[in-house]
Amino acid sequence: MSVKQGLLALLATEPMYGAQLRSEFEARTGGTWPLNVGQVYTTLARLERDGLVEAIGEDAEGRISYRLTRAGQAEVARWWVSPVTRETTPRDELVIKLALAVTVEGVDVHRVVQTQRTATLRHLQDLTRLKQRATTHHEAAEDGDGQVDLAWLLVLENLIYAGEAEVRWLDHVEARLVREANRPRRPASATPGTTATTTDPAMGAIAGDQSTTTKGAPR
Amino acid sequence: MSSSDTTPRTDHEAILRLDNVTRVHGTDGTAVRALAGVSLAVRAGELVAVMGPSGSGKSTLLNLAGGLDAATSGQVLIEGQSIGTLKGDALARLRRRRVGFVFQDFNLIPSLTAVENVALPLELDGQRVSRARRRAVDALTMVGVQELADRYPDKMSGGQQQRVAIARALVGDRRLVLADEPTGALDSHTGEGVLRVLRERCDAGAAGLLVTHEARHAAWADRVVFLRDGVVVDSTGSAETAEALLEPTA
Repeated sequence: MSVKQGLLALLATEPMYGAQLRSEFEARTGGTWPLNVGQVYTTLARLERDGLVEAIGEDAEGRISYRLTRAGQAEVARWWVSPVTRETTPRDELVIKLALAVTVEGVDVHRVVQTQRTATLRHLQDLTRLKQRATTHHEAAEDGDGQVDLAWLLVLENLIYAGEAEVRWLDHVEARLVREANRPRRPASATPGTTATTTDPAMGAIAGDQSTTTKGAPR
Repeated sequence: MSSSDTTPRTDHEAILRLDNVTRVHGTDGTAVRALAGVSLAVRAGELVAVMGPSGSGKSTLLNLAGGLDAATSGQVLIEGQSIGTLKGDALARLRRRRVGFVFQDFNLIPSLTAVENVALPLELDGQRVSRARRRAVDALTMVGVQELADRYPDKMSGGQQQRVAIARALVGDRRLVLADEPTGALDSHTGEGVLRVLRERCDAGAAGLLVTHEARHAAWADRVVFLRDGVVVDSTGSAETAEALLEPTA
């Protein structure tokens, strides 16, 4: 998550000082991605250096408020219309764990899947309770608060959909393992000395999965 | 694992209880075990979800819980009464008075209005029409659709029909609602509204058993029970076991 873009977007609403930016950011994202205030000040300093924000003076308590410059406004406008790119695949411990579980002998992969599914479901239950509460609050809220509730609901729903996708993927892993276990296998000596190529391109696509069927076989 | 008890057996508050229930279809050579030694309790105020792949025994479990099917062994109790010993009329009466079903396709009678649909189980049970209608209006009010009382099913949206179905499931003294994929025919937003109603009715004291294949929907429950091959393999309510996943190496 780009802290820089987040702060610029908040400053597009009105000038704010550091601690105010931090609390606004957290209120709108439900504190899901907490910012420390040092991070906020460092980022503000960098934005000022790059000419995207400017200080508009101190209040009685010595807090410096910032506002967007014209270049800052252009930067925010550009951000809204640019897609978020996901050029790097973040390292996912669960995916790595399962990829290793199907290749390490003696691991009960079904058990790994079931344990994770139960844990993910518990997490989904917690998120759903939070969502229920937020929805009730949102429906009863005055107009101003309603917008912040809406932002928090959207964040929660994103987490819920991500949890659901994880459970669906785990269901898929389980079903695939069952299919793999029942798949007729070719005799290992059918094509001795040849490379593992096949005339069926689809077979090549699943070649990486064969580890589950060759458990214990010499490589 | 032959059986998995996810709830204490000493609980008297359970509206629904399955004790070591097994259901076998067919005989000897062709016997298929649809459910094997399942124990489960649903208390007043609780919503329990059942998940599992196709053929895992979810529908069998629901049918047994509602007295639509009989266990091969073990017992099913509704409000403390074992339904295995009930026959014909007595079983039908217990179902009419104590159990409500909610199906994916709503199952409202098209020639009856909402209030008539909801009052039907009470009228079939011999209650006076005026009293049955009054209680039906109460049930419709509970699920927030009292204004639809005189409307026919074909003049209602899917979400409205399903709310009426929930009202019918919980009309009068009924406290057990058995829901089979109740959001299956609804869009995501409407489906969620129906789950909210189901959740609210359980919070108000009903007991609910919800069969679903959607994790997002199961998450509305207090507990999620997983079935595979007719066996409860896990539950989000049970204590986590910390068995070693790796077999001892030779």
